[in-house]
Amino acid sequence: MIRLSFNDRLMMYFIYAFLILLSVTSFYPFWNAAVISFNMGSDTAMGGITFWPRAFTLENYQLILKDSRLFNGFFISITRTIVGTISAVFMTSLLAYGMSKSHLIGRKYYTIYFIITMYFGGGLIPVYLLVRSLGLMNSFLVYIIPGLISVWNMIVFRTFFKSLPVGLEESAQIDGSSNWGIYFRIVLPLSGPVIATLGLFTAISHWNDWFIPTIYINNDNLLPIQTMLRQALNSNIIQESSGALDSASLAYLQKTRSITSKSLQMAMMMVVTLPIMLVYPFVQKYFVKGVMIGSLKE
Amino acid sequence: MSQTTAEKAHTSLPEHRVPRKKSFLSRLARQWDIQLMVWPGILLIFVFAYLPMYGVLIGFMDYSIFTGARIWENPWVGFKHFQDFFNAPEFLTIMRNTLAISLLKFIIGFPAPIFLAIMLNEVRHMMFKRVVQTITYLPYFISWVIVAGFATSLLSTDNGSINILLEKLGAIDEPINFLSRPEYFWSILVTSNVWKDIGFNSIIFLAAIAGIDQHMYEAADIDGASKFRQVFSITIPTIMPVIIIFMILAIGSLLSAGFEDILLLAVNPLLRDVSDVIDTYVYRIGLANFRYSYAAAIGLFRSVVGVILLVFANYLARRTGNSLW
Repeated sequence: MIRLSFNDRLMMYFIYAFLILLSVTSFYPFWNAAVISFNMGSDTAMGGITFWPRAFTLENYQLILKDSRLFNGFFISITRTIVGTISAVFMTSLLAYGMSKSHLIGRKYYTIYFIITMYFGGGLIPVYLLVRSLGLMNSFLVYIIPGLISVWNMIVFRTFFKSLPVGLEESAQIDGSSNWGIYFRIVLPLSGPVIATLGLFTAISHWNDWFIPTIYINNDNLLPIQTMLRQALNSNIIQESSGALDSASLAYLQKTRSITSKSLQMAMMMVVTLPIMLVYPFVQKYFVKGVMIGSLKE
Repeated sequence: MSQTTAEKAHTSLPEHRVPRKKSFLSRLARQWDIQLMVWPGILLIFVFAYLPMYGVLIGFMDYSIFTGARIWENPWVGFKHFQDFFNAPEFLTIMRNTLAISLLKFIIGFPAPIFLAIMLNEVRHMMFKRVVQTITYLPYFISWVIVAGFATSLLSTDNGSINILLEKLGAIDEPINFLSRPEYFWSILVTSNVWKDIGFNSIIFLAAIAGIDQHMYEAADIDGASKFRQVFSITIPTIMPVIIIFMILAIGSLLSAGFEDILLLAVNPLLRDVSDVIDTYVYRIGLANFRYSYAAAIGLFRSVVGVILLVFANYLARRTGNSLW
């Protein structure tokens, strides 16, 4: 290796210092929240908790895990993520497989029909009124059905299916397989990496969504964990900034009184983030791959 | 609907009677199975994307949800709601916030991942590089609820790390409740966005840099160009086309200043003067105040301007030799 000049070494020091600083900044909020969640609430109120807990305790977690509503929220989140991801990946890939057939009649029109929706939509209010009139309010199905087809994912799937060797399908056809048989027995098994990538992105968006339940769900038993967390965090802010209280938030405040202290909030945030942090290191490569296929235009 | 057409066609024309020049229906019938694959998707998109486009007509009506009237039974009012919006006292504030926030996000949030990618590319310790990548990609995958929770926690007066740090440095005497002070809101918003996205958005630029022909660097080494010089004379110019495309595409989203992030960070009503953007305004007016027609009109205004900007952006992109469609 060529010896670096003084200026280049200076630049390398700067780069390393910067990257370390950035990594610390990226990770510190997680760390600090974890530290506060393991610190006694009464002690945290005195301030000064940054890198290490001062009065270690597990009681915040014990309190949270005793809350049956949170368990229910977890159950809803997990169910929604699993059912929503599997059904969306299935419906979208099925559509994409049909659309990948060059002899599909109407293919050109279908494509335009789908692409238009990527650039223009009715907007929040018409969608809201539609979901209402379909009777999806306060129904678990509102988590699943509107998200079944993602046009973007369809295009990614279709691009991938088109790249599969034609010979495979032809030989299956000669062996008497129907198109559905080919889809299930040949195309899907060959699509592992794409399914993993798009499935993971879909799963993440299901797990992270808090907005759909905020507007469509009034029934507390159907709220996912993210929305509950949001309400718990807000109740604190609402408390601090009194004066802007409406009846709904007041009623809400009554219900969540038990989880308003900062330590409990941080414990709750840790519990909600933990699944992602646990899975993330193992699936990181699929996310990176996802960016790559997403950037390949058809 | 056409599913039944396809099925009917399938039963009506047995294969041996197909004439030499096959009719449209018989060709459709022969491929009923793949038509059956696409029609569920077509119907779903019709319901959840095209019906709302029809529903946007309530922006030209006085729609009321309580009368139980069908959409077309509501009285037409033309452009009344649009005029109301343009004349509303908050109109200028909302437009200013929308443009300012999206421009700030662009000016700071767009170059940040490019710089990160360039720096990561210079790192020779693979282990170090991988650790930095893993850590900086992570925030992209957590929900905005959590990000807002972190920001609220770090910025609060109640054991907030930022306040602790600033007090230690002697920059402030009293803890500041940052999230209730309008003057800090834009900085907090942009910083949270950069924090969340910088790592993940750098992937695409890293890939572009990885595609650069290594011979150029070797030649530059022989010519005695410093590493620093190589960044500016090789790396940046080579990935410039990618940068330009992404810049142009950003024009298309000029009116999307943000939604989730603003809703979650600007909980305090004191911030409304700086936090109200078109999308959050539509949400508040429509779903909290039940002014459906007015909110739908504003939403339509926003989508139409969005499409115009996008077409314009694509025109620019095409001139540089790239196109969205």
